[in-house]
Amino acid sequence: MRTVRDHAAVLFELRDVSLARGDRLVLDSVNVEIHGGATAIVGLSGSGKSTLLRLLNRLADPDTGVISYRGKPLDEYDPLVLRREVSLVPQLPSLLKGTVESNLRYAAELAGKELDVARCLGHAGLDPGFAERDVSKLSVGEQQRAMLARALAQDPQVLLLDEPTSALDHDARDAIEATLASLRAELDISLILVSHDPEQARRLAERAVRLKAGRVAACGSLEEALA
Amino acid sequence: MSPSISVSLGQVAAALALVALAAGISFWRRTDLERDIVVATVRSFVQLTAIGYAIKLIFEADTIWLVVALLSVMVLFGALTARSRAKKVPGAFWPLLIGLAIAAASTLGLVVALGIFEATPRYLVPVGGMMIGNAMTASAVALNRLGDEVTDSRAAIEATLSLGATAREAAAPFVRRALRSGTITLVDSTKTTGLIFFPGTMVGMLLAGAEPTDAVRLQLILLYLLLGSTAIAALVATGLAYRNFFTSAQQLRELG
Repeated sequence: MRTVRDHAAVLFELRDVSLARGDRLVLDSVNVEIHGGATAIVGLSGSGKSTLLRLLNRLADPDTGVISYRGKPLDEYDPLVLRREVSLVPQLPSLLKGTVESNLRYAAELAGKELDVARCLGHAGLDPGFAERDVSKLSVGEQQRAMLARALAQDPQVLLLDEPTSALDHDARDAIEATLASLRAELDISLILVSHDPEQARRLAERAVRLKAGRVAACGSLEEALA
Repeated sequence: MSPSISVSLGQVAAALALVALAAGISFWRRTDLERDIVVATVRSFVQLTAIGYAIKLIFEADTIWLVVALLSVMVLFGALTARSRAKKVPGAFWPLLIGLAIAAASTLGLVVALGIFEATPRYLVPVGGMMIGNAMTASAVALNRLGDEVTDSRAAIEATLSLGATAREAAAPFVRRALRSGTITLVDSTKTTGLIFFPGTMVGMLLAGAEPTDAVRLQLILLYLLLGSTAIAALVATGLAYRNFFTSAQQLRELG
């Protein structure tokens, strides 16, 4: 049985985190705490949102500063174990060749988890018939849901979602948002969501971090951060 | 194995008529290759003449150490040449050098151990040179493909890393495709050998007056050796080179 976690507890703490790409400072002395529950990272294009998200499961490391997860610096975690617990769903779907089920099975085996295909598909808003579908035959929206189902196959504690609806039309966006809302209601899982859309942040999150040119412009409750 | 034939410089000079023909076609059809044809002709003459004298000296000295030295130089220049074809692969030199060295040492060691060839300069120099040259081409093609695959598939690789896969697991499909592209040319040409083209060794032996069956058998040995050496070189080079795209924390490096 899963332990119900205290969603007010701090999941990630970033202290003086900076990262440069070439001569451009993408993140500049970021100091912020990200709590359990649902947090949106918002800001204009190029403000450093996706880069910050990638740091949280060590797809990249900052040049300076320290990031802690549950009170322990990230570099003290085995990155492979960390990524199975803190799973990132990228902006553009990128599934492995094969069926939806083979993708889910691959993820579950990496995490050493039993796979319940129908359950994972259901949480991602897909019916069980999708299991045998070839991923190359799916629409972008369906692929995005299959990516979500694949991440859920690892039974993660935190989902990092990088602009999960940016490639979708309005109807598909609404459907994914409904899926994410029901996911939170059904599973004891925290979401950290990157979005360029403050309205989406209001619909899906209870806290937000607003970035501006690589710096934290505001953070805290939605009212404080999105004002 | 076969009686040797002598070729005069006059005969070589006469063959330049074909070079003039190639240059004439280039000029006529404006392919702008005349200069390259002249450079290639001069370089081939100088390089082959020089290596001919070097091999003559090594044959006369009849010592294995000179053979090892010559093959080592070939491996070094092979790795340097192949590196220039694999610009997108960071630190490609060492994987190439190690791949070529292992391919040359293992295949030559095997043919000597199996008693196919004697461990004398007359066999080891030409066979080794052929192995290294083909292994160089195969590993250069493989690493060139690996560089393109990883560069074009960053999103897919990071998506797999995000699931907690190791660098080896995330890179596996791309390493496999690179290895395949490095070895498939020789596999395909081996399939069609004797049907739509005669390989060089066989042609050379037939011209030198050897029995056709002898020429065929020696050619088969060399083809099988080439298959082995190209596969080993491409396998080792790709198996080592993919690691250079990743950090010790299983992150895909930012390049360029």
